[in-house]
Amino acid sequence: MSRQNSSAAPVQHGAPAPVGGSLTNAATLVSGVLVAVMAAILIVRFVFGLGAVTNLNDGYPWGIWVVVDVVIGSAFACGGFSVAMLVYIFNKGEYHPLVRPALLASLFGYTLAGVGVIFDLGRWWNFWHIFWPGYANPNSVMFEVALCISAYIVVMWLEFSPTFFEKFGMAGAKKKLNKVLFFLVALGTVLPMMHQSSLGTLLVVMGVQINPLWQTQLLPLLFLLTAISIGYGVVLFESCVAASAYRRSIETHLLQPLARVMLGFLAFYLVVRFGDLVWRGALGEAFKPTVVALAFWIENALFVAPFLIVGSAGARRNPARLFLAGVALMLGGVFLRLNGFLIGYDTGPGWNYFPSVPELLVTIGMFAIEVLGYIIITRRFPVLPREVQPSRA
Amino acid sequence: MADNAREARPAGNSRRRFLKGCAAAGGVAAVAATGQRAEARETLQRPPEALGLLYDATLCVGCKACVAACKQANENPAEFSTVDKLWDTPLDTSGYTFNLIKMYRNGTMQTKDAEENGYAFMKTSCMHCADPSCVSACPVSAMTKNPQTGVVEYNADACIGCRYCVAACPFGIPKYQYDSPTGKIGKCELCRHRTKDGHYSACAEVCPTGATLYGRTEDLLAEAKRRLALKPGSVATFPRGKLGGADQSYEAYVGNYKQHVYGETEYGGTQVLKLSGVDFEKVGMPNLPPEAAAAHSETIQHTLYGGMLMPLAVLGALTFVAKRNVHHDDDEGGADDKTGAARKGEE
Repeated sequence: MSRQNSSAAPVQHGAPAPVGGSLTNAATLVSGVLVAVMAAILIVRFVFGLGAVTNLNDGYPWGIWVVVDVVIGSAFACGGFSVAMLVYIFNKGEYHPLVRPALLASLFGYTLAGVGVIFDLGRWWNFWHIFWPGYANPNSVMFEVALCISAYIVVMWLEFSPTFFEKFGMAGAKKKLNKVLFFLVALGTVLPMMHQSSLGTLLVVMGVQINPLWQTQLLPLLFLLTAISIGYGVVLFESCVAASAYRRSIETHLLQPLARVMLGFLAFYLVVRFGDLVWRGALGEAFKPTVVALAFWIENALFVAPFLIVGSAGARRNPARLFLAGVALMLGGVFLRLNGFLIGYDTGPGWNYFPSVPELLVTIGMFAIEVLGYIIITRRFPVLPREVQPSRA
Repeated sequence: MADNAREARPAGNSRRRFLKGCAAAGGVAAVAATGQRAEARETLQRPPEALGLLYDATLCVGCKACVAACKQANENPAEFSTVDKLWDTPLDTSGYTFNLIKMYRNGTMQTKDAEENGYAFMKTSCMHCADPSCVSACPVSAMTKNPQTGVVEYNADACIGCRYCVAACPFGIPKYQYDSPTGKIGKCELCRHRTKDGHYSACAEVCPTGATLYGRTEDLLAEAKRRLALKPGSVATFPRGKLGGADQSYEAYVGNYKQHVYGETEYGGTQVLKLSGVDFEKVGMPNLPPEAAAAHSETIQHTLYGGMLMPLAVLGALTFVAKRNVHHDDDEGGADDKTGAARKGEE
């Protein structure tokens, strides 16, 4: 299907190169239809209001457009940040081939999270107020999140721009950008640390409405640590999917040690997580016969699962296990965020929320845009490492 | 370490640096996240001239004159919950209903203000907190606390409709108008738009029994404590309308109060105070600690971002590290590969 890159120089990992191939296939067509459906629903939403398409209510004013599209979507988009940190901050140059694909996924995730916020804002035309000194409220965690995510989106497009410069032969521009790349990298590490932690802090002001299993002053640290480890999980997931979809060889020799780094962050997270629960005396909540307690155990089982799946060096050689570990970690992150924002959020009796079908279709449409964009850009722009004929096999 | 040989191993030097980096990052994260207690933002207190309401459930007869007056004063439409849609019957406060009298029922409902086999009323409206979660949450200062009156005011022209205030309020008070493409937040603002005509809160103006009383919160708190000290069943004088305003007082029997002024200390205190014969949690008032959630949230926020010192310090450190590590890559437009990494390891 897309094997025209075999003429590459026989280095183990070549420079990024377009995968090539047709843009019309089952995946792009299905994604296209899903995006069209989303657009239709959004027209209804903007003409008739949020109530016309969502199940939002005053007990659950935030639904999946906030929790999934923005909070979870941006955590999934931490691959770029996590890998760039590993390569440039911890000086692990060998992971360099993973940077561009991870950054691309992040770019999409964040840009869409930023756009997705607009769909959910009841008075979206005032959105600029958040950046305007007369209106901005620095006490607000939301203010910090909004400012920081916006800045990060700009930084990521700049970080990713060499890809476009290469494609369009703009060597001069690329050279200029490379001169300041180190600063962009530093910014691109600080900004996500800031807002990924703040996404957790968002819950603090909700006070007693958040179940003690999630309401803690350590929320920023918990959200930051999981965002970083989810970032590595996403890279495992994405590398395996890209390899199978494009019939490329899997970068197992990079993913194996990456999985180890991921487990390291994860272990630290679990120590902090349970240490905090015990210290606050909140662990008792987890043994009550409630749906909330069940959700808590599912969440933490998913965070422990990667140790069972890829805990040994031998297990890490198995691409299927790497993939599963990545998925488990991503799902753990999903549960932590769903639990904190929705399942463990109780505004009193009588309030219920489950997303409506149109609400779900918009969220699915957002993910479809990411898939579509990823396919188009990796096939046409130099993102994935140039594929060489597998000589080891 | 008995790692498999096929796992790419970095050179020793690089590994040590990696571990150092990990330790440094961990330290930064730990300091950043836990924060320094010394800088804790204390729970805010009511301003001295704070205005509010005193709602005495034992005086309330459930006539809902206040609900109707509130609708009128705020020009809100009727909301229907019955099939015939004859009159305004909201079941909860909403984007169009800022004040509601709810009912507690138990068993045979024989005795007013009794927990067992009794019934009771409870007013639901904005408590005008000393340290409001909604004000702390609002990213665009659409929700603000008046520095003199302490009234929590809403400005729709500033609002972006994010509904963080709705999510943050422990009383479930700010509500959003989901049925409109230009929906606003709706909540009680203590009829601040009526004060220039010499009016005060419509709910207190119309209350026939003085169950809802308007005034300075300090005076209302003293009045509440006077009532708690009275002998249940005895006859006492109760003011109506505005405390300190025209005398509309009358004599009534003293209720069998729970010895608790709700709002005196909850979340640092609220400007609307409540008295009840039935346990407050049973009539829908949450059990809140004396420290406001806003104080916890802003302590974290200011510890991390006060003067932007911490982010700038981290940025500076990371810029320094990145400057050393980035220059190898990308310069030759694609020579950055495994050999590039190996080269670095040999340094």
